[in-house]
Amino acid sequence: MIKIIDLKKSFNSKKVLDGTNLEVEKGKITVIIGRSGEGKSVLIKHIIGLLRPDSGRILLDDIEITALKESELNEVRKRFGMLFQGAALFDSMTVGENVGFPLMEHTDLHDADIMKTVVEKLRRVGLVGVEDMMPSELSGGMKKRVGLARAIVMDPEIVLFDEPTTGLDPIMSDSVADLVLDTQRALNTTYILITHDIPFTYKIADKIAMLHEGRIIAEGTVGEMKQNSNPILRQFLEGRAEGPIKVY
Amino acid sequence: MFRKIAAFNESFLKAYLEKLGRSAGRFVTSAGQLAILLGSAARFAVTPPLKMRNIFKQMEFVGVQSLFVVILTGSFTGMVLALQSFTALKRFGAESMVGPTVALSMARELGPVLSGLMVTGRAGSAMATELGTMRVTEQIDALATMAVNPVKYLIVPRILAGICMFPVLTIIADFVGFIGGYLVGVKLLGINSGVYIGRTTEFVQVDDILNGLTKSVFFGLITTLVACYYGFNTTGGAEGVGKSATSSVVLASVMILTSDYIMSSMMA
Repeated sequence: MIKIIDLKKSFNSKKVLDGTNLEVEKGKITVIIGRSGEGKSVLIKHIIGLLRPDSGRILLDDIEITALKESELNEVRKRFGMLFQGAALFDSMTVGENVGFPLMEHTDLHDADIMKTVVEKLRRVGLVGVEDMMPSELSGGMKKRVGLARAIVMDPEIVLFDEPTTGLDPIMSDSVADLVLDTQRALNTTYILITHDIPFTYKIADKIAMLHEGRIIAEGTVGEMKQNSNPILRQFLEGRAEGPIKVY
Repeated sequence: MFRKIAAFNESFLKAYLEKLGRSAGRFVTSAGQLAILLGSAARFAVTPPLKMRNIFKQMEFVGVQSLFVVILTGSFTGMVLALQSFTALKRFGAESMVGPTVALSMARELGPVLSGLMVTGRAGSAMATELGTMRVTEQIDALATMAVNPVKYLIVPRILAGICMFPVLTIIADFVGFIGGYLVGVKLLGINSGVYIGRTTEFVQVDDILNGLTKSVFFGLITTLVACYYGFNTTGGAEGVGKSATSSVVLASVMILTSDYIMSSMMA
């Protein structure tokens, strides 16, 4: 289980996280929603230790991630996988090399065994015969799939997704949702996603948490969130310009 | 009236001093960050395992791919040196000193400095651009999330490649400069071949070549460190990548020229 306790982070004088509290259950899909610029990416980067908080703690089981040194953090990071918004595939490597990269770096597997695992993971995300292609030859949806294959190649306990459907058409978004569900069920992994794609969220989430002005203002299952009368949450879920959230 | 002018002068001075202070602050911050990056890269450079494949790849990029531009610059510099020094030395009847003039200039100064500047323009800017693009497309963050230290994986191979390949390029620049000078001096201007080579070997010492090579090691470090620093700290998308490339070339070139003077004074 991951516990985020009273996390605070400011950039210059701008408060981004202002006492964020959240619990993420093991083996479940938790989706953090919120407007663009509300600090969702900042929060997810704290979970994997890319950013250090001004105050507050993040606990992974009994390990305090926020107190670890860089070398200790690297050991914890091996338990994570992460899919970035733009997939963040290495331009200079083929798809196969991208997916196999964590195995190359952290295992003693032979090239043939690595390639076998790469092909298997690519097949799991619905891609066949793309190992020798370069990332620049792939469509946006294919890049996300390759990014997911790379994120799960080490069979991590937790996978973080930074806006997995941004830039995709609705059909491709739905296909990514199916992919998220399939892989999560098959591997029984803890998934944490940040998004502002509501249909996608409703389809996959075991738990939804809404981040607003640096705090989690509402959380619960899909059913509970649909029933929640918080006006800020309602405005966001219904996608209305009018309401307590001001549009600048 | 005088009060108004005094108030205006005061506010102008205040704004100027604030601007100066901010610039000084940025300079000190950048210098500190460069030093920290160098310290960090030095620590990881002696921490096994080192990825030799990455180092060789960067050596190929910095060294082999810069060969053409270094040969071109070195040979034409040697040729023009011979031509100009011949014109000057002929007035004193000292045409035989063209060979040593070309060889000493190339070995002590022009070989390391010109090859350093050319490689900075070619490889330094490309390094800053590549790392800058990796930064803005989150590829560097992706490395970190995969428990791979970005400094060890990206920066150490580049700095080691710079330190190893700049001296090699300098030797090549020295050699082709000497050949260029010889061709112009002997074949075009009619200096006796034996005199040209004899005078050159008489005046040029091994120390002259070693001084140039020592400088080139530092130039290799400066170029790659500055390029990595700017690339690594890129912000602001495509525009930021462009700015990083430009800034890295400008700063590395200035540092090469100033450190060349300092090292030359120390070696003299």
